Amino acid sequence: MAAELLPDLEQLETAESVPVRGRALAVRAWGATWPKLAAAALGLLAWQLVVWSGWRPDYVLPGPLPVFQRLGEDLRQLDFYAGVGITLRRALEGYLLAVALGSVLGLLVARVAVLRKAVGSAILGLQSMPSIAWFPLAILLFQLSEGAIIFVVLLGAAPAIAGGLLSGVDHVPPLLVRVGRTMGASGLTLFRHVILPASLPAFVGGLKQGWAFAWRSLMAGELLVIVNHQQSLGQRLQFARDLSDAEQLLALMLVVLVIGIAVDSLFGALDGGIRRRWGLQP
Amino acid sequence: MSAILQLSPKPAVSVAGLTKTFPAGDRLLVALHGVSLEVAKGEFLCLVGASGSGKSTLLNLLAGLDQPTAGAAQVDGRVALMFQEAALLPWLSAAANVELALQLRGVGARDRRRLAWELLERVHLTGAETRRPHELSGGMKQRVALARALAQDADVLLMDEPFGALDAITRDLLHEELERIWSDSGLTIVFVTHNAREAVRLGDRVLVFSSRPGRVAHEVEVKLPRPRSLDSPELAVVAGRITDRLRAEMRVHGG
Repeated sequence: MAAELLPDLEQLETAESVPVRGRALAVRAWGATWPKLAAAALGLLAWQLVVWSGWRPDYVLPGPLPVFQRLGEDLRQLDFYAGVGITLRRALEGYLLAVALGSVLGLLVARVAVLRKAVGSAILGLQSMPSIAWFPLAILLFQLSEGAIIFVVLLGAAPAIAGGLLSGVDHVPPLLVRVGRTMGASGLTLFRHVILPASLPAFVGGLKQGWAFAWRSLMAGELLVIVNHQQSLGQRLQFARDLSDAEQLLALMLVVLVIGIAVDSLFGALDGGIRRRWGLQP
Repeated sequence: MSAILQLSPKPAVSVAGLTKTFPAGDRLLVALHGVSLEVAKGEFLCLVGASGSGKSTLLNLLAGLDQPTAGAAQVDGRVALMFQEAALLPWLSAAANVELALQLRGVGARDRRRLAWELLERVHLTGAETRRPHELSGGMKQRVALARALAQDADVLLMDEPFGALDAITRDLLHEELERIWSDSGLTIVFVTHNAREAVRLGDRVLVFSSRPGRVAHEVEVKLPRPRSLDSPELAVVAGRITDRLRAEMRVHGG
């Protein structure tokens, strides 16, 4: 059953090497992939060793093999995909809202000096707020509904996205700004043609970090906020714990991990593409 | 100043009693002190001086990037500025960098591409239009920067040690091209360098700046026929005199 997972991992990694074709692409893909496969294999081995050591009984900590078997069973059930679908839809909705809010907020704060002084540091402060601390309030506001989950995902991700844009604007090389000015650009024109594109790498960094926060907040939310008739990933995880079904629990955790890594590597590919385009990376 | 220059109706650049100070800790750093000069239309003026003589400050003031503490710096017409670094926008191709200058000048979308390619051809960069800055050598980048400066359709081109970071052969080639473009276009050029030979190679006139405070210490008119060779003995003699003046200034003011 391990083979079911590995082709996915391989696909993820090939996404990182874009412009080279044919054989060279294969070589590069393999060069990028094998260390990760090796690391995954070592991780599985360590897991198995802990199980063999008898530190916890099998029904509490099962080994990789039964967990992958259970994952295989899950993957044969339509119901399971519906659950993953619910989770991914929530992630996408919350994240897109966060991108919209974070970008608008970041732009406003970067452009308006007063706003900057007022909330610039508050945005950074919000980033360090653990998103799970928002849930009591979210539940009061939205009851036990999807709205509560989306609310927290939004609050978790938006500050990181705004912060990324803000730090990008702050770190535009002064020389480029001078060049823009000597070409006659000022105000919004300068912002649009020089400052905004120059802050793109930092913005993508913020998007990536925002995704990580969104995914974490979403999982926390799905564990806490149980919505009827919506067997999302987090909810299944909670049920597996309630039923002391350790194999199911670990199988679900693997799915959460793989989705997180998959999306993260998409951002990695985006970032790498920009860096190559700018000549910051060969 | 020569009779011709005095007769010319309105100078391209006129600077009068220009002073610029910067706060440095609890003291004031006087970058420029009472500098007065004029540059005639179509003239190629070179400024030489040790570092800290306020040459770059002068260019910034002329470009309107900074405000004088006292006095006035006036330019008749539009100004373009070139730096020691090409400072191309790394997310744009060579042609797109030039196109942006055209766009900001208000050239319509239809003509931009054609004009950008023509300008790149003018600086001998045919074939490099779609390349990104990181795919270009230092000399090629400065050519793009030159094309971009030309795209601004300026009357006065200010150059701040534009070839200082290039190897000797590339620099030599760029001297030729700059001279060709200058004589074809009727541009007024103010060229800052710390290299006396480069100044004599290019300039109609060379101003020697003293350091701390920066002011015009000496003026040399270069009467050698163009095109000049960096290696010619005549050029070396004039450059040698300028270097001596520079040394003297640096000794007096502690360089």
